[in-house]
Amino acid sequence: MNLAAATNESLAEASNVLIYSSMAVYTLAFFAHIAEWVFGSRSKVGRTAAALSASSAKASAATPAVKAQAGGTAVLERPEVITRSAAGTRDVPDGPGAAGGTFKGDLYGRIAVSLTVVAFLVEAGGVITRALSVQRAPWANMYEFSITFSTVAVGSYLVLLALKKNVRWIGLPLVTTVLLDLGIAVTTLYTDSDQLVPALHSYWLWIHVSTAILCGAVFYLGAVGTILYLFRDSYENKLASGGTPGKFASSVLERLPSAASLDKFAYRINAAVFPLWTFTIIAGAIWAGDAWGRYWGWDPKEVWSFITWVAYAAYLHARATAGWKGRKAAYLALVAFACWLFNYYGVNIFVSGLHSYAGV
Amino acid sequence: MSKANSTRTRQPEEEHDPGSAHGAAGEQLSTAPREERPDTGAGVPAMSVIGWVRWFWRQLTSMRVALILLFLLSLGAIPGSLIPQTSVDDMKVQAFKERHTTLTPVYEALQLFDVYSSVWFSAIYILLFVSLIGCIVPRTGQFVGQLRSRPPGAPKRLTRLPAYTTWRTEAEPEEVRAAALAMLRKRRFRGHEVGDAVAAEKGYLREAGNLVFHIALIVMLIAFASGQLFKSEGGKLVVEGDGFSNTLTQYDDFKSGSLYDSDSLSPFSFVLDDFVGTYEKSGPQRGTPRTFEARVTYTEGAEGAERKGVIKVNEPLVVDGTKVYLIAHGYAPVVTVRDGRGKVVSKSAVPLLPIDNNITSSGAIKVMDGYKDKKGVKTQLGFKAFFVPTFAGHGKGQMFSQFPALDFPVLALSAYQGSLGVDSGLAQNVYQLDTSKMKEFKDKDGELLKKMLMPGEKLDLPDGAGSITFDGVEEWASFQISQQPGNGWALGGAIAAIAGLAASLFIQRRRVWVRAVRGADGVTVVEMAGLGRSESAKLPEELGDLSAALVATAPVAPAASDATTDATNEAGSRPVHPAEAPAEGAEK
Ligand code: HEM
Repeated sequence: MNLAAATNESLAEASNVLIYSSMAVYTLAFFAHIAEWVFGSRSKVGRTAAALSASSAKASAATPAVKAQAGGTAVLERPEVITRSAAGTRDVPDGPGAAGGTFKGDLYGRIAVSLTVVAFLVEAGGVITRALSVQRAPWANMYEFSITFSTVAVGSYLVLLALKKNVRWIGLPLVTTVLLDLGIAVTTLYTDSDQLVPALHSYWLWIHVSTAILCGAVFYLGAVGTILYLFRDSYENKLASGGTPGKFASSVLERLPSAASLDKFAYRINAAVFPLWTFTIIAGAIWAGDAWGRYWGWDPKEVWSFITWVAYAAYLHARATAGWKGRKAAYLALVAFACWLFNYYGVNIFVSGLHSYAGV
Repeated sequence: MSKANSTRTRQPEEEHDPGSAHGAAGEQLSTAPREERPDTGAGVPAMSVIGWVRWFWRQLTSMRVALILLFLLSLGAIPGSLIPQTSVDDMKVQAFKERHTTLTPVYEALQLFDVYSSVWFSAIYILLFVSLIGCIVPRTGQFVGQLRSRPPGAPKRLTRLPAYTTWRTEAEPEEVRAAALAMLRKRRFRGHEVGDAVAAEKGYLREAGNLVFHIALIVMLIAFASGQLFKSEGGKLVVEGDGFSNTLTQYDDFKSGSLYDSDSLSPFSFVLDDFVGTYEKSGPQRGTPRTFEARVTYTEGAEGAERKGVIKVNEPLVVDGTKVYLIAHGYAPVVTVRDGRGKVVSKSAVPLLPIDNNITSSGAIKVMDGYKDKKGVKTQLGFKAFFVPTFAGHGKGQMFSQFPALDFPVLALSAYQGSLGVDSGLAQNVYQLDTSKMKEFKDKDGELLKKMLMPGEKLDLPDGAGSITFDGVEEWASFQISQQPGNGWALGGAIAAIAGLAASLFIQRRRVWVRAVRGADGVTVVEMAGLGRSESAKLPEELGDLSAALVATAPVAPAASDATTDATNEAGSRPVHPAEAPAEGAEK
């Protein structure tokens, strides 16, 4: 064995150590998030109910929902812009977040985010060393795909946080699923660094697979938003109709952003990624044209990418169709994401086709 | 008031019907078809045929039906991914049919082995595309109309719009309106003055993008369909040194679309000069191909000039619109067969099929004619061949290759004589030996005669029946040669689709109104309001910027007394001076 091969193997080992370490740090982040939710107070509970009853009584109890900090270049006084929610929507303030505005909760929340950043860096190191060890893009089998996927999902979340978007509520569900994803990756999907079939030798591997992973990771964040929207929406519906939600529900859901904000978040995410997903499929078709001699052949992977695409298109249409907005559109978005997931796990495991990766 | 520009929320004054939220102000802000509620009269078709057709057409081109068709399309695509498809893998379909005798007739009736060309799947997408065309044509007309017309005038009560701001200024109303119009035009709004206000609109590219996207879908579908109908696709295995010329008879297998015409095969030919496969020697990537290419000399047209080309896995050779893809490669041991008197009966490179990543290969060597046995009787010879490019060594495990390159080539043969069965008229697999009408050659122990040969070695057939010599190894490559018109259109459509989609999803179409009127106290009251297709945080931000730009020419007047600001202007909306806006932003 030559020297280069020896470094490759030690890099592969380093990668494994880094992935396991990141799992340890994600676990700590998980507990910090739990602490954030547990110690975060519920003092603000009831704001939603107050806002709902207030708006039905046409009183004015709402707090500012949007703080637009525009420009700032004008030296002159700027007139104040007043916004109004679209007619027919509920005007409910966003919840205070998991920490519930308490110092202790917020402290744990910050610790959780810091730990997530550390875990992300360690995991990204794991992905990069894996790539170096095999001297190619680190996404040729499901193990590599999974570790890259969760790295990108966490990375996207951190980017949104860095852009000062109100997304800390994703923290706990995200860290939980990342642990699940990595757990499955290191146990059942693990494959030693392996050779690449010639068809994967192409710059399209970098383009097509990287955008596929990015789309999946961001669609995932959208799906989390959609699920929480459905819960929060039922909660608000219940309050609006005078019901009293359970204690646990009100404690957790009260702290989330309003249903309208969650819905908007999910829509923006999905709409922003949809063109990229379209591009991913087209890039895949071009690659298939070069590698297999036809750009579209109804291979199972192609079929499910198409199904996913049509399902998201249906979701976007539903949002523009009276009577389909809101919950029905949200269910469509979840169906679409389920299709994406099936395309990733289901097709690789249950269906055989040209897209068979090494080791699963 | 600080220069920072904060935003507040007001409560809706009354419940609106979401459909008519902003009345005329929001009119024509999109070209989406208006939804007809199923409970309004539109659901009942008139009794006449024309009435019924119109009702059907309206339904088909509605968003609701488009949504349902999209959903059905994705649902309909599912079975094709779970049940083997004839168009993808015919062998699998046959195997499935043998295993599931009860299901097969049901599946066949439902065309589940050919989902993507089935009547029901075609019906869904044809309906969808009819709907799409029925949707695009009126929308395009409407959009052109919108481009010709001007944005509607300001609604009476600007305070009701999603983003609103107001201030008082010493500047004259006419001056303010002129400045507002100039300012908006500079920012590429289309604007004009109507009555006491300026109306402006921006973001038409959203609608244009949306239409381009939907039209691009049609272009892609047509390109795809014509490609399927006119395409041709065939396979050819070529051993180093051999050639191929593009005529129907030269193909090993050939498929074509239903409107394909065999005269349209473009005339060209090529010779495989050399196949080069080198592999990583060690490390975790041991065995990974490093180079993997077919070097060819090709001739365009019937008698063009010879040119050199290299075909790689992801880089087909393109000759005259036809693409030649490198699909697979393997080894072809060169063997010489001699009869009992030492006369060479056959000498050829016999391609064997790889069965694993290290190119362990198997196949058959057939001597069809020219061979006579000891007694001078014409018969045929057959050899089962098993080849490894890198042998593990005698006694080291099984006969499987250790590495894909030709490091230690070994050919294992077992010998038969009799009838190869090639005359029976049935198509025969060239890689398999049908031994049903053949007799084994026996070795000294009475077992089947077999031997492992290194290059240069020979297997003698018993009793002076002749010999077979393993001379060396050539490589072969198999190619797929396909011709599919419409690819350029499909690609162009795809690029247009992405561009249109991005424009449609990322550009906001919005309207801005600026009203400037003289208040009761003689001071000018400026009101600005914005309305977008959908609620967006960007809209108030933009309105803030616009108002800041306008304040430069129409500066905020010093606060007046409450009595004067309470004056109601003619439009009936109450200007809210920033200084006295209620703390929580509520109206009243
Ligand atoms: C072939 C199937 C179709 C696909 C894949 C498709 C896809 C899409 C996508 C992805 C969007 C989102 C872009 C946006 O929100 O601006 C969209 C919007 C739209 N589609 Fe389609 N579409 C299809 C067929 C149709 C049909 C048949 C109609 C007419 C009934 C239609 C009417 C519209 C309209 C009006 C919008 C704009 C909605 C809005 O203004 O927000 N589409 N379509």
